[in-house]
Amino acid sequence: MEIIKAENLVYKKTSSMTDKELSYCPGCGHGTAHRITMEVLDDLDAIKDTIGIAPVGCSVLAYEFMNIDMQQAAHGRAPALATAVKRLWPSKHVFTYQGDGDLAAIGTAETIHACNRGENIVIIFVNNGIYGMTGGQMAPTTLPQMKSSTSPNGRDVGTMGHPLKMTELIAQLPGVHFVSRQAVHTPGGVRKAKKAIRKAFEQSYENKGLCFVEIVSNCNSGWKMEPRASNVWMEENMFPYYPLGDIKVDGELVSK
Amino acid sequence: MKELRLMKGNEAMAEAAIRCGADGYFGYPITPQSEVLEYFMAEEPWNRTGMIVLQAESEIAAINMIYGGASTGKKVLTSSSSPGISLKQEGLSYLAGAELPCVVINVVRGGPGLGDIQPAQSDYFQSVKGGGHGDYKLFVIAPSSVQESADFVKKSFDIAFKYRIPALILSDGAIGQMMEKVELFEQEERLTDEQVIEKYGSWATTGKTADRERNIITSLDLIPERLEDHNKHLQAKYAEIEANEIMFEEINCEDAEHIIVAYGTSARICQKTVQLAREKGIKLGLMRPITLWPFPKAKIAEYGETKKGILVVEMSEGQMIEDVQLNLNGKIPAIHFGRSGGVIPTPDEVLIAFEKHFM
Amino acid sequence: MTEEIIIAGFGGQGVLSMGKILAYSGIMQDQEVSWMPAYGPEMRGGTANVTVILSDDRINSPVLNAYDTAIILNQQSMDKFEETVKPGGVLLYDPNGIMKHPTRTDINIFQVEAAAEAARLKVGKSFNMVVLGAYLKIKPIVELENVIKGLKKSLPERYHHLIPMNETAIESGQKIVKEIQKAK
Repeated sequence: MEIIKAENLVYKKTSSMTDKELSYCPGCGHGTAHRITMEVLDDLDAIKDTIGIAPVGCSVLAYEFMNIDMQQAAHGRAPALATAVKRLWPSKHVFTYQGDGDLAAIGTAETIHACNRGENIVIIFVNNGIYGMTGGQMAPTTLPQMKSSTSPNGRDVGTMGHPLKMTELIAQLPGVHFVSRQAVHTPGGVRKAKKAIRKAFEQSYENKGLCFVEIVSNCNSGWKMEPRASNVWMEENMFPYYPLGDIKVDGELVSK
Repeated sequence: MKELRLMKGNEAMAEAAIRCGADGYFGYPITPQSEVLEYFMAEEPWNRTGMIVLQAESEIAAINMIYGGASTGKKVLTSSSSPGISLKQEGLSYLAGAELPCVVINVVRGGPGLGDIQPAQSDYFQSVKGGGHGDYKLFVIAPSSVQESADFVKKSFDIAFKYRIPALILSDGAIGQMMEKVELFEQEERLTDEQVIEKYGSWATTGKTADRERNIITSLDLIPERLEDHNKHLQAKYAEIEANEIMFEEINCEDAEHIIVAYGTSARICQKTVQLAREKGIKLGLMRPITLWPFPKAKIAEYGETKKGILVVEMSEGQMIEDVQLNLNGKIPAIHFGRSGGVIPTPDEVLIAFEKHFM
Repeated sequence: MTEEIIIAGFGGQGVLSMGKILAYSGIMQDQEVSWMPAYGPEMRGGTANVTVILSDDRINSPVLNAYDTAIILNQQSMDKFEETVKPGGVLLYDPNGIMKHPTRTDINIFQVEAAAEAARLKVGKSFNMVVLGAYLKIKPIVELENVIKGLKKSLPERYHHLIPMNETAIESGQKIVKEIQKAK
């Protein structure tokens, strides 16, 4: 116990996360994504000037964990809420935190139009290729042949459509300034993701347009895997379809 | 100095919103209410008061923009017509659940479905019984003139903020499209951000400062007992509104043996019917509910003791009649007369119906 | 005083704006006014009509089925509205394009050859003001100076240079209106 001294402290929970125990499944990427978002706001000294919007989905209770003023939106509508908040309070940081069902299925219109209007907000999009909260149903981002409770024999793209690359899609829109796809399952990934989130907050705050960060994450429960295996599966299957890296920087598409 | 203008009901509501210091309007075009958004865009209130105006991608987006804006303590409104208001019902339920103040305008047209674009009053049930899910009420007020269209925007914002409840202005295609003389009230200052924080900082999401706990706007509570408590709290608030905010108007009712109950455009038409009846020596009066929720229950019950019968006139197949009958409790007959699908009844057609049933 | 008017014709004839100017003129002399258009599909290319009421008292129904005055500018409107004029009321029409002339004998009927007059004066767009002039000759319910004030209120400033032309049109309408029949 003698090592618990202030001078030995190398890492601690940021006060911009509440003490509430996370309700996410052990191994899920949401907790890390929450935390780095809050750390960025800490680093920018922006807690007092930030309004966050929680979605419907696994992160519906994000407002229980993020120690900032937050609104909880109807399913898919977070970008509409954020639009109004930012327009009415242009001096604030405004962000939405949404999953794939919320952002890429029911909320497609709100997502695309907020992006197209170039709202000066941040959208953090956590894509795990499945509906986690409701018990593992197929999402718009579910991979071809991937099994879910509503595609028990695997997603048949002929009848169920193709996985939607929402991030590449919105990157085409002139109102969008910065687009990046990251992951948080490795320390290096966390550092890069945090850097992207920081850039998103900084640049939207400078009224450069909408900044969008996708975090490809695992859903060990929905995928029915043990957490480490789910991360391996994510690298082998999700990343080829949803490649990591910057997609649009300073308003220009990054050429591959 | 009073300012008189000839305006459409739709335009008057937009101008009134600017003048009562609204911070934002979010809407989507639909006939017969598009003049609201058009007026704002031509008037450019961002240059007059700093009010923002945005044409949303859908009615659904617009009502959720209202949710976002209202969550920050700002004065926001949206408008639409029947099919668009149906799309907003989910949002209204959320707004009611999260106890957010806002104003929503419905310039009603013929239904169901896409219906037509002519005036109707067939959204009464949707407005007063809860068009969305859950146990909730909206403050519902029905103008019957262009002047009231303007005045009720201000009234609705006052009620919305006093009780933290969404307020619905139930207009219709006739009142929205018609031009009348309006006396406009003077411009009121918009609250500054600091004033909003001072007035509503106890609940609004304006940014968590170090001196307070975070504010959360949500309609979610996964603990049934706690959600039940929240429902009881809402009901107590609704009871208070019912006790304090009922509005109605009586015309020639004192000596009347029979009463017409009608609101909005129907009430205007029935004023003429009453005039025609009086010319024939028939003792007919008109009671016009101004607030549809809270409904003037006690007044209706009183007619059950003092009058011989009631004709309820609506531009629908009969909706408000149910509230009238409920409060009469069988004491005297109440009969519905209406035209629907966008047909406006004429004053003498109402009189003929009245005479057929009661003379 | 209460004057209940229907103005009906083709879209593009200035039916709605004529009603609006009349309503504004009423406001200028402290009257209560209402202007209720038939809107919707009818507006697009077909017939247009507007109910205008001017009154010293609060106006009740903005929607009517009988009028003190009908101002009729095409055949369809004649077919629809001749019968809605109150006995002893006024029917004013432009005979241009009218095949079936009014037949009622219990109303006062007036003609104004407004289309021809507007063409003669080379003020085609002020056709409706010729009609308004004719109406005001029959029923001087608003003062001409208030009509000019009403015009100023209802026209955007960039069109204010057209007001003298409209004034000329109104005056010529007042001159050329003809009484065809007195009510029996």
